[in-house]
Amino acid sequence: MAFKQYVLICGGTACNSGRADEIAEELKKELVEAELQVPGISKDIQLIRTGCLGFCEKGPIVKVLPENTFYVEVKPEDAKEIVNEHLVKGRVIDRLLYNHEQGKSLTGTVGIPFYQKQVRVVLRNCGFIDPEQISDYIGRDGYAAIEKVLTSMKPEDVVDVITKSGLRGRGGAGFPTGLKWKFAASQPKGKKYMVCNADEGDPGAYMNRSTLEGDPHAVLEGMMIAGYAIGADQGYIYVRAEYPLAIQRLQVAIRQARELGLLGKDILGTGFDFDIELRLGAGAFVCGEETALLQSIEGERGMPRPRPPFPAVKGLWQCPTVINNVETLANIANIIRNGWEWFAGIGTADTHGTKVFALTGKVCNSGLVEVPMGTTLREIIYDIGGGIPDGHELKAVQTGGPSGGMIPPDYLDTPIDYGSLAKLGSIMGSGGMIVMDDTDCIIDIAKFYLGFTVDESCGKCMPCRIGGRKLLTYLNNISEGKAKMGDLDSMKKICDAMNRASLCGLGQTASNPVASSMRYFMDEYVEHVKEKKCRAHKCRKLTSFSIIADKCKGCTLCAKNCPAGAIIGTVRQPHSIDQDKCVKCGVCFTNCRFGAIVRS
Amino acid sequence: MSDSQNANDIVQMTPVLQAFIDEWKDKQGNLIMILHQVQEIYGYIPREIAIEISKQLHVSLAKIYGVVTFYNFFKLQKAGRNKIQVCMGTACYLRGGEDILLEFEKQLGVGVNATTGDGAFSIEAVRCLGCCGLAPVVVINGNVHGRATTKQVAGLIAQYRKAESV
Repeated sequence: MAFKQYVLICGGTACNSGRADEIAEELKKELVEAELQVPGISKDIQLIRTGCLGFCEKGPIVKVLPENTFYVEVKPEDAKEIVNEHLVKGRVIDRLLYNHEQGKSLTGTVGIPFYQKQVRVVLRNCGFIDPEQISDYIGRDGYAAIEKVLTSMKPEDVVDVITKSGLRGRGGAGFPTGLKWKFAASQPKGKKYMVCNADEGDPGAYMNRSTLEGDPHAVLEGMMIAGYAIGADQGYIYVRAEYPLAIQRLQVAIRQARELGLLGKDILGTGFDFDIELRLGAGAFVCGEETALLQSIEGERGMPRPRPPFPAVKGLWQCPTVINNVETLANIANIIRNGWEWFAGIGTADTHGTKVFALTGKVCNSGLVEVPMGTTLREIIYDIGGGIPDGHELKAVQTGGPSGGMIPPDYLDTPIDYGSLAKLGSIMGSGGMIVMDDTDCIIDIAKFYLGFTVDESCGKCMPCRIGGRKLLTYLNNISEGKAKMGDLDSMKKICDAMNRASLCGLGQTASNPVASSMRYFMDEYVEHVKEKKCRAHKCRKLTSFSIIADKCKGCTLCAKNCPAGAIIGTVRQPHSIDQDKCVKCGVCFTNCRFGAIVRS
Repeated sequence: MSDSQNANDIVQMTPVLQAFIDEWKDKQGNLIMILHQVQEIYGYIPREIAIEISKQLHVSLAKIYGVVTFYNFFKLQKAGRNKIQVCMGTACYLRGGEDILLEFEKQLGVGVNATTGDGAFSIEAVRCLGCCGLAPVVVINGNVHGRATTKQVAGLIAQYRKAESV
């Protein structure tokens, strides 16, 4: 059954919060009304709620196929015009096109810089199919890979293909996926488990969420293939409870796959049994670590345990278990269908394939991007991301979230792969990419990340529990102007000790934001310590506000807004700030219309 | 040991919860899934229910509280009628999430993880909500307010207060 036109409405979380669901409702309503003008129109046009189209900055997005018209920042009120003008009369609505304000409207995605350098493998279906229809997925070669695997490949062949493809874990550490599977496959026959890690805890990253919301069947198919390869008959998806839409779409996907006999007993009549259940996380970052995650699935406190034994040998309920990240699994069916040679042809010698990044922070085009490995940071931030807004300068880019490091502008031409990021003192991580500009203070950011990991440390091992807290105390002292130069050396030692002696990945990498920022931005640390100065004016204790009497008109606005009652003065007379009372909130500075307030 | 806020409520096991427990009783690793269901029904983990679960699953109350207090998602106190969640993920933090949180605290006169005296609002600082493109983000009763500014805070509070009185 073919339709004449398809209207795709982005159903990702960001667009939904921009009322994309109302847009869909309105479009539906308007189509029914349009029947009066063009009978049968509502049957010729299919409305599809898709997964994330990636360009969150310009959401909500509506796309019309086959003409590939790309409407941005659509509002529910625009639905009537889209139906009456575009769908009925075939006239493209110029004011909703990308770059309309600049007078250079672009009709399709071709030409939009955000999409130019992207290669979509993991996200190939996101934004094209209705994630709640298994038939949409099957229509795009979905479940063809599991059929191929079950009917023509032995488990060891599957492991071999994945090994040769060079796929490495996309959750952060980059362990070769084929090798992981091989360990579990070589364990004696018996109960084994296949676990999908969908506990995306990195604050500022949403790659896995978008994949689960936009193409849940791709993850299920990847798990089935992995299950077959290692000899597991049960899979679990450990997903964040904070992702209700992803949970709901997974539930729908699992139900539909069971109905078609793609999950359950004797799949496709081949004698292979495999089923998948969901387990909800409960907001603990450490549960992204694989041994902690297994504890949590077992219903315990999510505390990591020493390895070996590795989960591939002794995992869930003491049985061999493979744990793969969402993005890793979403690659699997593609590799089986297209061959390992195809996958190995994408990317760099060190790392094959693509990587999905959540590009956020101080960048013009926030959104979800998928690029081949080897793309440079500059291409991602400037070509795809459109650079830094409001004329500010790039200060640093953080990859890998709280476990990663800050990379300064000097290294923007580094091609991204596991090896090159590690050399810079950062990590690939799961795909968070946060851009910082000259209004951000390096010490403040390091404090933010470390505060997060200290809060999330499970407390089991000492280097992480005590080292993290001690390091945070030093950082607080620096931002309050109470630190000594000797402290900086102690900090380096603690970073090193945490890195080498912590039990799990969380502790081993928690000091990365501090260590990397000390490596590249030592001048800012020294400036804080010696001169008691914060150039970005973020460290409140080091900032002071004062009023230039000549410029002050005595409008009393600042005095009215001051939460601490620290501003004194009478109407039409220059005001002044009582430094003892001032809480350095900066409200007066932001609100003064005469530029009479200065900070130093 | 029920806190004063909930002293007058008699918390009872609902049939939905009982059915859920019966379904999950014999499954491995059921505790966290059952606690999720409890929180969905009551909005927090009431002590009376924790005791009941301890009896039915034959696990100690200490273990249940060990799990509940380990995970951020589980709450021991009932939230306000209007639940304000300010995102403190990295993207939101960089774009001023902390200032918005402070503004809510100032306007409502309560700190984070606390509820106003009249039970109308509670404030929570949450980890990434995954709408980083809209940073900074505030979620009130599940409605996402993107690109929020401190100036909008008073209006948002008034809006939800008004919605309550209708």
